[in-house]
Amino acid sequence: MSIINNINKAFDHRIRLGIMSILMVNDYADFNMLKELLGATDGNIASHTKSLEKVEYIKVEKQFIGKKPNTRYSATKLGKQEFKKHIDALEKLIGKQ
Amino acid sequence: MDSKKYLDDISEIKNMMSKSSRFMSLSGLSGILAGVYALIGAYLAHNIIHNIKAEPSKLKRFLMTFGALDSLLIIALSVMVLALVTGTVLTYFKAKKSGEKMWDVSSKRLLLNFALPLVVGGLFCLVLIQYEYIKIVAPATLIFYGLACVNASKYTLGGVRYLGITIIAIGLISTQFIGYGLYFWALGFGVCHIIYGSLMYFKHDRS
Repeated sequence: MSIINNINKAFDHRIRLGIMSILMVNDYADFNMLKELLGATDGNIASHTKSLEKVEYIKVEKQFIGKKPNTRYSATKLGKQEFKKHIDALEKLIGKQ
Repeated sequence: MDSKKYLDDISEIKNMMSKSSRFMSLSGLSGILAGVYALIGAYLAHNIIHNIKAEPSKLKRFLMTFGALDSLLIIALSVMVLALVTGTVLTYFKAKKSGEKMWDVSSKRLLLNFALPLVVGGLFCLVLIQYEYIKIVAPATLIFYGLACVNASKYTLGGVRYLGITIIAIGLISTQFIGYGLYFWALGFGVCHIIYGSLMYFKHDRS
């Protein structure tokens, strides 16, 4: 089944799905923005962004705003492609039934 | 049974995409009220101008024009301040109800993109007044306000785009009917806001 093949395991979690959705329509998002929008804990966001970073679907930039450290996330080209495939696959699966 | 989960996934994706990129809590009711204020303001201004025109003595007419400028300015400013305060308060309550924050990334971005063309337009109108091109100030305010709406529409409810386009069109048309600026103002800022506000109210607010 080719459709099932396109369902991407990397997105198979509510938080990761949310992170990718946010980064698809925004140039970037910082840690707090993701936390607020997704209503998740620090640790939760940290671990899910790390796993998305590992497969190179998102890019992480650490910088300082004044004296505060700030972490900025953006979706990579690969991440955007894979996420589009994932959404298409989801839609096809739903359409089938 | 998996399709239920996938359906949830899709709706979560849609929800996050719109929530993170657009400020959804603009109040439609405040649009209606802004329109009403504009119409009342236009009516008051119309009365003042009408009184001056009806005055037979040329000297008195001249003196009245001076006094009228102040009251016209006060009317315009009060309409603006009232509309802004009403909009902020109603939007605050709507955002609170839907669990959205009023002052977050999306609302800041919305405000910034709305303010840019508006401030440029405001300054440009001041320049027009400086060189005494008073006639095209009214069309210019409409056009720049419309552009501000179109520019901001990418970051909020879709209807704002059509409101902007309509007001730009009204502004352009009014350039061909100099001297009727007040009527076009009433049409653009008054009637259009009321129509837009009602549509948004019935589409997004009632729940």
